[in-house]
Amino acid sequence: MTRTIRLSLDINERRYEIDVEPRVTLLDALRDHAGLSGTKKGCDQGQCGACTCHIDGQRVLSCLTLAAQAEGRKITTIEGIAAANGDLHPVQLAFIEHDAFQCGYCTPGQIMSAVACIREGRTGSDEEIREYMSGNLCRCGAYNSIVAAVREAAEMADA
Amino acid sequence: MLDFSYTRARSAEEARAAAGEPAARLLAGGTTLLDLAKCGVERPDTVIDISHLDGLSDILVDGTGASIGALAKMSAVADRADIRHAFPAVSQSLSLAASQQLRNMATIGGNLLQRTRCPYFRDPATFPDCNKRNPGSGCAALGGVTRNQAILGTSDHCIATYHGDLAVALVAFDATVRTDRREVPIDAFFLTPDDRPEQETVLDKGEMITGLTIPATVAARQSTYLKVRDRQSYEFAAASAAIGLDLEADGVTIRDLRVALGGVATKPWRARTVEAALIGKPVRPEIIAEASRLAVEGAVSHGGNHYKIELAPRVVARAILTVAAHLNPDLNPALGETA
Repeated sequence: MTRTIRLSLDINERRYEIDVEPRVTLLDALRDHAGLSGTKKGCDQGQCGACTCHIDGQRVLSCLTLAAQAEGRKITTIEGIAAANGDLHPVQLAFIEHDAFQCGYCTPGQIMSAVACIREGRTGSDEEIREYMSGNLCRCGAYNSIVAAVREAAEMADA
Repeated sequence: MLDFSYTRARSAEEARAAAGEPAARLLAGGTTLLDLAKCGVERPDTVIDISHLDGLSDILVDGTGASIGALAKMSAVADRADIRHAFPAVSQSLSLAASQQLRNMATIGGNLLQRTRCPYFRDPATFPDCNKRNPGSGCAALGGVTRNQAILGTSDHCIATYHGDLAVALVAFDATVRTDRREVPIDAFFLTPDDRPEQETVLDKGEMITGLTIPATVAARQSTYLKVRDRQSYEFAAASAAIGLDLEADGVTIRDLRVALGGVATKPWRARTVEAALIGKPVRPEIIAEASRLAVEGAVSHGGNHYKIELAPRVVARAILTVAAHLNPDLNPALGETA
C-alpha cells in the first residue's frame, strides 16, 4: 500500500522538492531526503531535544512532526542560522567560547533551542534558562557551560 | 512506525467526516499520536491533519471566563497575561508540563486526550497484556513495577495514571469541553477505567473537541498548581494539586476552596471531600493537613506507588497554605512551619 507523496518544503529559505512516504517525519526528511544532516536523531521519541528545529520561528521537535505537516511552513535548521557570508550566529560563537559541549551530538538541538529561548525572553536568570532549556538533554553533562553560553548570547542580544 | 496515508483537512466538517472511519486519527500537534505510532500503540491507517485549520485556536478572556480553541498551543495559552491573571493554576499547569518544544507543538484539545505513560501500555511488543490496548487481555502493570501507577480510581482491569496537568486545573475550576456535538463538564468528560479501560473519555468515534470554556471565579483567580516530581523540570508529576481558595473578610475563614489532584489517579481527580471539610474552617496548618488526608480516601496501594498515599495529601496541604499565605500575608508566621 506504500505510495510516496511529493512535498515542497521551505527549508532555510530554499525550496526542496522531495518524494516521501506519508509517515516520514520532518527529521528523516531533513536528514535523508534534503541532505541536511545537522539536525540530529537522538531518541526519536520526543524526549531528548536533539532534533530541535524551528517552524515559523517556533522551536519544535522534528521527530514528532510529519514532513507533510510542515509543508507550507517556514522551516529553519542549524544549517540556516549563520549569516549569508558564513559568519556564525552569536549563539554558535557563545557555545564555542564557553566550550558548551563535549561529544557535540546534542549541540545543534541545544543551539536551535537556545536561539528560540533568547527570542522568547526566557533568559532572565540561570534558573529560567535551565527551566526553558530542559527539553534538551546533554548526556555528557555540559549543562553549566551551556547555561553560561546562553546567558552570554542573551546579554549580547540585549546590548 | 506503521504505514499510513496522510490527508490535510480543508475544513472542520471534512475532518469530522473523515475521522468517523474506524482506523482514522486526527493529527493536531502530533506529540501523542506520532509518539504512540512509533511505540506500536496507535496503528492508524489514515492520519487527518487538522493543524492547518483556521478559527480553532482563538483565546478569549473576559469577565465571565476564558474560551480557548482546541488548536491553541499549550505555550500560547500559558504565556497569555490574561490567563495568568484570571487562572494562575491553568497557566502554571501548562508551563510546568513537558518542554517548551513540546508546548509549542501540542494543542489544548490534544493535551486533554494524551494517553497514559504506563510503561506496559507503551510497550506492546514486550507486554501484549493490556486491557486499554487490547480489551480483555489482562493488565501487565498489576504485579509489575507500580511506582507511577495510580492509587485512586483504579479497577481490577487497569491502574494506569492519567498524567496530564492541564486537565487537573480544569477539573478544579469546572471547565466545560466543547465538541462539535455538545458541551460536557470536564469532570464527566473523563472516565475511570472500571471494566472498560479502553474508553477514556465520553467522546464518540469521529467526535471532535472544538474548545474549552473556563468560568471566571474568585477561587480560579486565587489559585496555584503545585507539581512534585522526581526531577525539577521536564517530568511527569509524582503528585500534583490544583488549588483555588477564597477567604472571608476576616482573612482566616475559608469561603471557597477547589482541590484537584494529578499524577495519582486514573483521571483528573477532584477532591470534593477536602473542599467540603474545609469550607467555613479557619486556615490553620493542622486543620488543613487533617482535611487534606481525605484527598486519598479509598486509595489502593500496589506496593511501588504506596508513597503517593502519603505524598498527595501533603502536596494538597502545602498548595492550600501557599495560596492562603499569598492572600493574607499576616497568616505567614502561623503557617511558617509547614508552608
